[in-house]
Amino acid sequence: MTMESSIANPDMTEHGPHHDHKPSGFMARWVLTTNHKDIGSLYLLFSFAMFLTGGAMAMVIRAELFQPGLQLIEPNFFNQMTTVHGLIMVFGAVMPAFVGLANWMLPVMIGAPDMALPRMNNWSFWILPFAFTMMLMSLFMEGGGPNFGWTFYAPLSTKYSPDSTAVFVFAVHLMGISSIMGAINVIVTIVNLRAPGMTMMKLPLFVWTWLITAFLLIAVMPVLAGAVTMVLTDKYFGTSFFDAAGGGDPVMFQHIFWFFGHPEVYIMILPSFGIISAIVPAFSRKPLFGYASMVYATASIAGLSFLVWAHHMFTTGMPVAAELFFMYCTMLISVPTGVKVFNWVATMWRGSLTFEVPMLFAIAFIVLFTIGGFSGLMLAITPVDFQYHDTYFVVAHFHYVLVSGAIFSIMAASYYWLPKWTGVMFDEGLAKLHFWCSLISVNVLFFPMHFLGLAGMPRRIPDYALQFANVNAIVSIGGFAFGLSQLIFLVVVIKCMRGKGEKAPDKPWEGAEGLEWEMPSPAPYHTHLTPPEIK
Amino acid sequence: MAQTKPLVWTLSAVVVAMFGFGFALVPLYQVFCEITGLNGKTATSASVKPADYVDRNRTVTVEFITYLSPGMQWQFKPEVQTMKVHPGEIHQVNFIAHNQAGSAQVGQAVPSVSPGQAAAYLNKTECFCFNQQPLQAGERAELPLRFFVDNALPAEVKTLTLSYTLYDISASDSAG
Repeated sequence: MTMESSIANPDMTEHGPHHDHKPSGFMARWVLTTNHKDIGSLYLLFSFAMFLTGGAMAMVIRAELFQPGLQLIEPNFFNQMTTVHGLIMVFGAVMPAFVGLANWMLPVMIGAPDMALPRMNNWSFWILPFAFTMMLMSLFMEGGGPNFGWTFYAPLSTKYSPDSTAVFVFAVHLMGISSIMGAINVIVTIVNLRAPGMTMMKLPLFVWTWLITAFLLIAVMPVLAGAVTMVLTDKYFGTSFFDAAGGGDPVMFQHIFWFFGHPEVYIMILPSFGIISAIVPAFSRKPLFGYASMVYATASIAGLSFLVWAHHMFTTGMPVAAELFFMYCTMLISVPTGVKVFNWVATMWRGSLTFEVPMLFAIAFIVLFTIGGFSGLMLAITPVDFQYHDTYFVVAHFHYVLVSGAIFSIMAASYYWLPKWTGVMFDEGLAKLHFWCSLISVNVLFFPMHFLGLAGMPRRIPDYALQFANVNAIVSIGGFAFGLSQLIFLVVVIKCMRGKGEKAPDKPWEGAEGLEWEMPSPAPYHTHLTPPEIK
Repeated sequence: MAQTKPLVWTLSAVVVAMFGFGFALVPLYQVFCEITGLNGKTATSASVKPADYVDRNRTVTVEFITYLSPGMQWQFKPEVQTMKVHPGEIHQVNFIAHNQAGSAQVGQAVPSVSPGQAAAYLNKTECFCFNQQPLQAGERAELPLRFFVDNALPAEVKTLTLSYTLYDISASDSAG
């Protein structure tokens, strides 16, 4: 269809019979859109805006921690910064970025014309700006915004929280509704709209990992909604779910929260596994090693994620039997994760590797995510967790898996598919600069945190003992450098969006495989109007 | 797209069910804690089970601790700090509460037993913690606790600590 016309005669696309039927006008094109590519772009742009917002808060945190003592901000504002930084990065940056990638790529990858529920798709995106505006506005309310940590443990969030807590609760409700609708859409699309011949075991791994992620989402986001609802009624309506005086139990909050929270951390990493499993074979010019084992490994990680929540709570005074159960289940997760890392390395083994920017990010992901995995294994060991709990070691661990893991995979995916989205090649020099600056600064930022944590520096405190001063200064410098490096990415993306750059061929990466590379770049507004043939 | 609707409804039902499951965790947690004695939770109503027999060969030390929640201006102390008891023997301890705040307040004592696994073996036949304690300003009250230690208490437990935290629930008194 549009493929031939746009390549043979680019002018034809504007005036010929095959033009894209894009709605005209900002309202119709972006606000009312039901097109999966437009909604995908909206999600991606929104998540990048949130990434910069949450990043700015991280800069505030690192500026305060540059020196011991309190110099820039009040402790209560520091608490609001750590809380809202966490909430924004989890619910505003990482999750919407993956949903954006899913919107853009899933229908294209499985040969579907659009997502299965396009109107709901529009709704699930447009809830998000309102949710985050509400949450950010609560920072300016009397008494301040949420200051109880992104985990909003009771009684911090019930007894001692600011008046704006109701706004926080409703914002989380909205984010949850958005994610649940997105997840239902993904499942229905993958189950119902695959092109004929696209059997389950032929699905690209990004599709597989998203299918499993979507099931995790519909299983645990409602539990989060329940938890915030209980916080709401405890604080405002006199219930005692978490109030010991009324027969409740504050430790129960932690159980309910982490029953959501642990699957949530896999929600933020499983799509990454899919991305890396697409990029590594493309630049190794070899098929992915162990496709089926990748699928089973992803599914078993998802299953195990429901059995490990209490490893976040080793120090709450659990019986030894429970601590051992959760310790061994947690360690078990490293087996399927190890299978994945092994498969990626085996895919690269004796491949004809080239190191374009997506591949650089993918390799950095494999190395740095594995470091984060190893520190996770250390944290899983119950007796030593008593030392590491609530220290910067934990901060180092989850930033290695979320920043140099999830965020790096999103960067890799963006560079990998930018030519397909925008139709132009990105500025390779700038992109490489972005990669190397990010790689070096992310390690200067997070690696020394391991040592701070082992030496006993507690997290979420605006001040620290003098002996941590030098290392904190280095960490802060790494933080500022990492933050600035992301502005390079912004420049690269804006250049591509404005069409500045070499025209991208249909398949800009020699070894890439998949239906998305069999259509022109940029991908036409409507694709797969007739199902493609799957060999 | 005939298959879309049933799938969407099924998935929506899962969402609703999981929302309910989040709330179902609350009673599940209570039951789980009561059965296993996790968290040192003790029964919230009087034990009617009589002691099987008095085991004179074994002595268990029972310690009593009291805490006041922040802002609670009462005095709240047990008459004795520790007691040596034989399993099966019924004992009474009085706790003295004295409202030193300038106004009438309602207190609620919440018990907890340490070690947690012993919680299920501390049977209270009468306890002020089953009820709310309204005290006028300056009023003083003797609050009785009658208990016995179950014979089945694991042998390795030699000392039981029963702690009470007293909360001011004047604000939510009418609610429950």
